[in-house]
Amino acid sequence: MKLEFTLNSAKVTVETAPDRRLIDLLREDLGLTGTKEGCGTGECGACTIRVQGETKLACLMLAAQVQGCDVVTIEGLDPAGHHPVQEAFTGSGAVQCGFCTPGMIMSLSTYLAAHPDPAPEKIREAVSGNLCRCTGYQKIVDAGLAAARALKEAHRG
Amino acid sequence: MADVLFPVSLDQALDLLAKTEAPAVLAGGTDLLVQVRQGKKTPGIFVSLDRIEGAQEILETETEIIIRAGAPLARIMAHPAIRDHGSVLAQALAVLGSPQIRNMGTLGGNIMTASPAGDSLPPLYALDARVQLAGPEGFRRMPVRDFIQGPGKTALAPGEILWQANFTKPAPGTCHWFEKVGQRTALSISMVSLAALFRPDPDGRVSKVSLAWGSVGPTIVESPETETFLLNKPLTREVLAGAGDLARQAVRPISDIRATADFRRQVAGNLLMRLETPAKGKRLTRY
Repeated sequence: MKLEFTLNSAKVTVETAPDRRLIDLLREDLGLTGTKEGCGTGECGACTIRVQGETKLACLMLAAQVQGCDVVTIEGLDPAGHHPVQEAFTGSGAVQCGFCTPGMIMSLSTYLAAHPDPAPEKIREAVSGNLCRCTGYQKIVDAGLAAARALKEAHRG
Repeated sequence: MADVLFPVSLDQALDLLAKTEAPAVLAGGTDLLVQVRQGKKTPGIFVSLDRIEGAQEILETETEIIIRAGAPLARIMAHPAIRDHGSVLAQALAVLGSPQIRNMGTLGGNIMTASPAGDSLPPLYALDARVQLAGPEGFRRMPVRDFIQGPGKTALAPGEILWQANFTKPAPGTCHWFEKVGQRTALSISMVSLAALFRPDPDGRVSKVSLAWGSVGPTIVESPETETFLLNKPLTREVLAGAGDLARQAVRPISDIRATADFRRQVAGNLLMRLETPAKGKRLTRY
């Protein structure tokens, strides 16, 4: 089928099987390997992307479902890779092996866009669908809070 | 390769189900696509609810709440009418899966999966919810407790689509409570859960009680004996302990990787102890 959608702010037209998993389309056909596949069954959140402004799991979507949709992956968050949440992750030491990081950042950036002044427990809830086996989560929560502060200052500034 | 079709009306969807080979209705995909991946299901074609007019709606009438099958869980739990009149359901959906799963998953999907651990089911039983099925001959309706027939088994006939669930708004002053015991806070499948609706009179005695337990039987467990025992009594610790004994007799749990049958039986009764709070004058609801 001919699939047309907006991917990271650019119009994309691609020929694909309609039941191709979205994660395979993104990673293998379109070369966007920032989105990771962890469990493939919707439990780890490594493949979190944004579809129509909401976080969804690319491993549990079929290509045809994004026809005409607005899709954002980790590559599209900031052209230079310096989104405040990305900066906060490096600044807070929230990245160890890095495999969960794109999904974590997609969840947190989406949450913070709608909730600029989050309590620490809300940050934990925002990433409750993203598993990390390295950090113990505390530094990810720290990064979320640091990112919230940075976003607020950028907004004010 | 299986095609993915996007009917824009219910009639069109029913027509596709009738005319295609081995069709599967695709709602949120969070259960179906896992089963497809595991080879447990091999649909010839996917018929998506995504673009059917009205399939995601949440409606409020004077007396009723109506939730269409394709309504995403996150939108249901945030909806003002659900918070006002179906808090027990909102509480359950708030601990279902994860934020991403709640953005994708639908009420219709959770009902159709018919898991004994399905988090939306104890609230729907406690609310005495009914489902409406659409088929080539028109609609038919039945209580959700009749629709669910066993683990993964429903009364849906081939060619039918689960279209909506609806429930009568509980009377003002009804307390809503849902609690799930799992192995962790998020992404957790329940080991035992309890949905409770009850209405305390000014003197603390309860005049209406609905209880439904998840994960302690092949389907959701209700216990008319426990409900009758609690009627016209104040929810004191002693009364609830007595109700807990009856609840432990009513449940039919099994042992599995998540918990033993004995643990489930014990906790099914223990969960009733939480209902003591309103007797102390606090309003027992999280929203």
